[in-house]
Amino acid sequence: MLIKQPPDIPGSEITSEQAFLNRRQFMKQGAILGAGVGIGGTAQAGLQADDEVTPEAIVTSYNNFYEFGTDKSDPAKYAHEMTIDPWTVEVSGKAKKTGKFAFEDIIKGLDVEERIYRFRCVEAWSMVVPWNGIPLKKILEQFEPSGDAKFVEFRTLVRPAEMRGQRGLFSSIDWPYLEGLRMDEAYHPLTLMVTGVFGKDLPNQNGAPWRLMVPWKYGFKSVKSIVSIRFTDRQPRNTWQALQPSEYGFYANVNPEVSHPRWSQARERRLPSSLFAPNWRPTLPFNGYADEVADLYAGMDLSKFY
Amino acid sequence: MSGITRFKACLVVALGAPLAWLAWRISLEAQAPGSGLGADPAEAVVHFLGEWSLIVLLAAFAVTPLRRLTGSQLLGRSRRLVGLFAFAYVCLHILSYTAFYLEFSLAALFEDFIERPYITAGMAAFAFLFVMALTSTRGWQRRLRQRWRTLHRGIYLALPLALVHLWWLTRDGFGELLVFTAVFLVLAAERLYRWRAGLSRARAAQPPLS
Repeated sequence: MLIKQPPDIPGSEITSEQAFLNRRQFMKQGAILGAGVGIGGTAQAGLQADDEVTPEAIVTSYNNFYEFGTDKSDPAKYAHEMTIDPWTVEVSGKAKKTGKFAFEDIIKGLDVEERIYRFRCVEAWSMVVPWNGIPLKKILEQFEPSGDAKFVEFRTLVRPAEMRGQRGLFSSIDWPYLEGLRMDEAYHPLTLMVTGVFGKDLPNQNGAPWRLMVPWKYGFKSVKSIVSIRFTDRQPRNTWQALQPSEYGFYANVNPEVSHPRWSQARERRLPSSLFAPNWRPTLPFNGYADEVADLYAGMDLSKFY
Repeated sequence: MSGITRFKACLVVALGAPLAWLAWRISLEAQAPGSGLGADPAEAVVHFLGEWSLIVLLAAFAVTPLRRLTGSQLLGRSRRLVGLFAFAYVCLHILSYTAFYLEFSLAALFEDFIERPYITAGMAAFAFLFVMALTSTRGWQRRLRQRWRTLHRGIYLALPLALVHLWWLTRDGFGELLVFTAVFLVLAAERLYRWRAGLSRARAAQPPLS
């Protein structure tokens, strides 16, 4: 199978040094003021002039991670119960090198980059987050996937003793949490395997020790606390699609045109949002990364493949 | 202060307490964004009011069986008060949604009504409650006579619609929803039981045909 290779985007284009330095400045000021400060008028791929980095306290305390409960404050409350050391990852399927690997051995020798991405949840809220991570391509190539590996599937840890959401009587999710990407999506230079945020190790509630980050897709695609990577020739059945196929698809590309029965996807609340000056903004196709990724879906009816 | 006035005053305090709490959190939020209602205050306010709408509606639905159970006349005479409180919560819930999610766009509200089934169900519940609140006065009670009772049986539709609204909205974590639904079913079953018992009593009381 011919895998279309998108042109490499140099890291310098994704996060300019200026934005990087401004970010540092922001973090210092943010620490003192506890308030958001603009990144500055940097015109660069991805980030827009008015994208402000979401305060760390919000990024690490307000998110969905149903393994720890369905409330957005549950992950920060209960994720400390999960032990992440040692962390073993099982690699299987259509690849030359399969088996069980220690997490540290997989990422050893790979450069960790900093990327500031917009993050858009299907629930119509969004953030701007400075992630630290490794392009997924560099990780997957190590396992030498074979030509008939057309998709890659990721699986989150299942450990009810440490993940109270998995013990819940009133959950309809069939654990483990599964997500998948087409190989060309997985190899896209924007696709990141995240190991840190705000220059620190990834906190448990954000998916320690590593999680996916696919910035042009809804947040639920970016599976957390990954313990399994499987190369396959069949499209994986991701968790939300399995639960509600009419609402969630495999692709889950951010698309303001495709309405959702629960949330209008035309707009989003950029957090932190205030009650009296709500931070509403229009949602952009592919979450604003259309220039980089629209080619991947040329000729596809995106209202059908949502 | 007479007994009923004192009882009603206590009810007003109890039913109004969540609103007072919310007002306090909103005042914190007004002073410093993010301080009173978390990172996404719009969601916090709308969900808080929605949850209390359902709780107070169930409380109103429970008044009559509780009165029968306790024989308390005070309870019986407070049913309208509880019902109107429920309606107030529902109004604030919808108002906060329209204000904070839709920024008062009626076009967006209409789109939601058409495209999102949970909004359709919620609005249908509101329609029943609106008519019931409007006709809750003694004057309307007198004017409508027997039809008033029929009209106010709208609660038997409004409550299930409100539950459907929440079922359609919930993605996972159904614990609280199951509690609400169970409370409704118990209260509804009690009425069904009494209605059937009433029927058989009426049949027994009928003189045999000669």
